[in-house]
Amino acid sequence: MSGQEQLFDALLGPELTAPSGLTAWNGSDVTTRFAVYRNNVIVSLVDALANTYPVTLELVGEEFFHAMARLFIAAQPPRTRVMTFYGEELPGFIELFTPASSVPYLADVARLEFLRVRAFHALDASELPVDAITQVLSKPDDLPGLVFGLHPSLGLLQSNYAVVSLWAAHQGITDISTVDPFIGENALIIRPQLEVEVLRLDPGAAEFVAHLSQGASLGSAAVQASDAHADFDLNSIIGLLVQHHCISSIN
Amino acid sequence: MTKHSLSVPQRCGASASFQPTSLPTRVGVGLKSEHYQQIIETRPDLGFFEIHAENYLVDGGAFHHYLTRIREIYPLSIHGVGLSIGGETALDNSHLNRLAALLDRYEPQSFSEHLAWASHGDIFLNDLLPLAYTQESVQCVCDHIDQVQSHLQRQMLLENPATYVEFSASNMSETDFINTVIERTGCGLLLDVNNVYVSCINHNRDPYAYIKALPHASVGEIHLAGFASETDAVGDPLLIDSHGSPVAQEVWSLYEHTLSLTGPVGTLIERDNDIPSFDVLFAESQQAGKLLRAATHKPVVQEQTA
Repeated sequence: MSGQEQLFDALLGPELTAPSGLTAWNGSDVTTRFAVYRNNVIVSLVDALANTYPVTLELVGEEFFHAMARLFIAAQPPRTRVMTFYGEELPGFIELFTPASSVPYLADVARLEFLRVRAFHALDASELPVDAITQVLSKPDDLPGLVFGLHPSLGLLQSNYAVVSLWAAHQGITDISTVDPFIGENALIIRPQLEVEVLRLDPGAAEFVAHLSQGASLGSAAVQASDAHADFDLNSIIGLLVQHHCISSIN
Repeated sequence: MTKHSLSVPQRCGASASFQPTSLPTRVGVGLKSEHYQQIIETRPDLGFFEIHAENYLVDGGAFHHYLTRIREIYPLSIHGVGLSIGGETALDNSHLNRLAALLDRYEPQSFSEHLAWASHGDIFLNDLLPLAYTQESVQCVCDHIDQVQSHLQRQMLLENPATYVEFSASNMSETDFINTVIERTGCGLLLDVNNVYVSCINHNRDPYAYIKALPHASVGEIHLAGFASETDAVGDPLLIDSHGSPVAQEVWSLYEHTLSLTGPVGTLIERDNDIPSFDVLFAESQQAGKLLRAATHKPVVQEQTA
């Protein structure tokens, strides 16, 4: 095993002792000195996760989050050099993490937070001017065949939990005591300019957007959404998508 | 034998084909997203800003929006933390490609990386880890720097590390190692004066002798930062390169001495943790500016081998 491989294993491994081959000028036990590196590695990765998942952290507290993050890091150390996107797999890890089972909505709140980070850094796209959209939509015969190009920052989360309300409560937008976490909500995440917006969609609208983002035509997405949800309101979701600059192109 | 002569040092003797480092000999500050708005609105009188390359390897959004505007006003230094120049394993070519695209986009006056490793295989540890100084490792580091400089078609600066342990396998000093790398590759030196102080205290060396042993004419940038103080297993001081506090008095003194050997060099105030208001960092930059301006008016005492 090479020197660096040995160091690498010791940095991520459970043992606190330092690998062989390290020295200190005063002959002191190098465990203390080596621990600085161990600590730097772990703290920087835990901090990266805490930056991406602040509401997830608040929901379980710092101590729980840090302990969970350390286990996640040991299981899935970064394979990216861009820390902004480290931890995309944390929501899936949370779902299988037994100590978090009493907070069943935690994984979906984390999913919402990762979608926000992704939206924040997504490719910029010029929005289609409202006039142009209105003009296209004014020809009813053409509508069913249209395919929307959605903004690169757009994300969708369909959840069995009140993800939007839980997230909003932790932004001080709503009062947490009024939130029933077990009422399902759907989140639309969009960054029209520089700020990320999180919007609540009704189930039919979420279904519609899910089909659009898979490349379905307007007609096909609308049929599937109204088949699944009798109260689906096409006009209102189109209005919302236009208002929040979610449409980058129409083909 | 050595003699003292008064001369203007030749900066950064890179291979002729590479774009040389050209930071202004002024003080810069590490760019933090918390400060974007204030910088654009107030346009503080600073020599340059420095970013961590990896924070900007994203497709779009606010980071690029603000950096584009700031770059229109200021010179820029791009400082990488993820290349793992000191690693035993091959450089990540896709990461190099992404860096090249970032450098093309922002055309910075300087690109720098660390004498350290950060990844093994495809796992990235997000820390600057130390290496043993041997004939094999010096060749490996030179090969990596050659690869970086020819890929980016520009000179890079290599930053001296802050370390907490040494290796029984090392058979050359850190300054000999750095001198060899600079001589063989034509890269420049990003002289982190805080790292010099931290490492020298941690390994019981004289920071002034360390600075003296470096190739002064190759210094293309200086870093200043704060450290944290701990102790090792027998109670001797163990300084941590924390970037979380103001520059210490000992480091200011060492900086002043360094400038007397290098002449004026673009200098960065680095702060990555417990980030204060922009005004606090700006005030610290003013302090560095005074020393830098004083050095501008003094002849450089350069040691040359006759």
